Amino acid sequence: MNTAIALEALLTLPRGLVLTLALTFAALAAGFVISIPLAFLRASSNPWASAPVLAYTYAFRGTPLLVQLFLIYYGIGQLPLVRQSFLWTVMREPFWCAFIAFTLNSTAHTTEVLRGGIQAVPRGQVEAAKALGLSGYHTARLIVFPLSIRIALPAYVNEVIGMLKASSLASTITLLEITGLARQLVSETFAPYEVFIVAGALYLLLTLLITQAFQILEMYWARPSKQPNANATGIKERMPKPAFAPTKLGAEPDLRNTTVKPNDERIIS
Amino acid sequence: MKRTFLLALCALVICANNLGAMDRKTLTIASEGASPPWNAINAEGELAGFDIDVARDLCRRMNVECTFVPQDWDGIIPALTVGKFDAIISGMAITEKRKKSIAFSRPYAGGFNQLVIRKDVNLPPTDTAIKLNLTNIDTPKQAVIDQLRAALTGKNLGVLRSSNSEAVLNELFGKVATIRSYDSQDSMHLDLVAERIDGGLADYFTWKAFLDSKDGGIAMLYGPQLSGGLWGPGVGVGLRKDDRELLAAFDSAIDDATRDGTLKRLSEQWFQIDISPHASN
Repeated sequence: MNTAIALEALLTLPRGLVLTLALTFAALAAGFVISIPLAFLRASSNPWASAPVLAYTYAFRGTPLLVQLFLIYYGIGQLPLVRQSFLWTVMREPFWCAFIAFTLNSTAHTTEVLRGGIQAVPRGQVEAAKALGLSGYHTARLIVFPLSIRIALPAYVNEVIGMLKASSLASTITLLEITGLARQLVSETFAPYEVFIVAGALYLLLTLLITQAFQILEMYWARPSKQPNANATGIKERMPKPAFAPTKLGAEPDLRNTTVKPNDERIIS
Repeated sequence: MKRTFLLALCALVICANNLGAMDRKTLTIASEGASPPWNAINAEGELAGFDIDVARDLCRRMNVECTFVPQDWDGIIPALTVGKFDAIISGMAITEKRKKSIAFSRPYAGGFNQLVIRKDVNLPPTDTAIKLNLTNIDTPKQAVIDQLRAALTGKNLGVLRSSNSEAVLNELFGKVATIRSYDSQDSMHLDLVAERIDGGLADYFTWKAFLDSKDGGIAMLYGPQLSGGLWGPGVGVGLRKDDRELLAAFDSAIDDATRDGTLKRLSEQWFQIDISPHASN
């Protein structure tokens, strides 16, 4: 272990952080937005809606991301049709090729994760929404989606971490993110251990931050769902507050005697 | 039981590694297999090229049996130092920086690098037949470099990752042009044809194979023939530093092959010109 090279790596590799994070989170954000409607289609009982989505997720989950990246970067670049069209202003840039490949791949994974969440929403909740007269769209938006995202969150964190690590593949199409810089440094120093250990540590640190952030989100979302539950199971009965306790069934608690008094005084004076 | 077996196996491996070079009956030689005509993978999926023919000849002279393994350029030196194979014969230039990690035999060939530019970029014409040795850069040499620098300002240039060309390109044009590093020469050719890059710097003979191909018509050689400087005295066999006997064996075999004209013959066969050490001395 050569500490001088490790130190050099420690100073060089963080320059790739911005690109790694930009690629990862841009692809995740785009993938998340696209996968919401796709997940509903995929969970639909209508085969005309679910089968095309299944074909897409099957193709993109069933082939290596590196192959998809090469097909998009080198494959599409070979077609004169694309090269002569306006698409080329985007596709000639390695960043956008990586973004497109990562988004397509992430969308496929996220769609399946959300589909699992949607199908795990208790039937009773959906039926209750229908009984309240909510439309199909409103049921999906107000009931099914918020519940399914909570159910799917732990699985989605895996996708986020997976995408972070997969962003290292961008180094194969000349992008200098963390791994790209690491490979460049290895080629200058011939010291793969020191450099890749530092690169690995950077990814570990990012993964730690991501898991912590999602844990906080998970706890935050878990909180409000407990309270209505608690009320429904009769906590109200276990902690009666004599001052507010209704005297008769259905009667309003007599609040005026206690809290509104100062106001009354002001009105009088 | 299992542990005894493992210990025995370890002992065997260590013994095998401690055998002196000349006691060795077999050698594993790595080559990139992606830089024709130096080395390439042929239609049968085997390594072939100038490097491979030279290696076969040297092995015959050293009286050892050689097996060849393809190894990506990026990582070929670390793989040698950890013992994945015994020698690198892959058009590798002898440089001071590489000498810090591995040992080199005496050169078995010389060579030079040149820029290639897409024809439709429309750069001012240059003389591609003049030679420019980067070892001692004086005023006239600097003038040629400045002229190239002006022409290449704002261009995208490709280069093979981990190569000396990468270091030279960064040093000469890194400030004025965008440098993109590729894993293999083939990937760089694809991006040159796709117009993602305007040109690149690589070994002349590697370019020639591409320029003579169907796709290569879109590009042309540009600027002088570059050598010396970071490229060092020529191309040698890369070996582990502690393999002294093997180094001595390779040196004497290369000497013999230079003297009896084998290297000249192979060079003319693969490159159409003589780039053997005999010619460059």
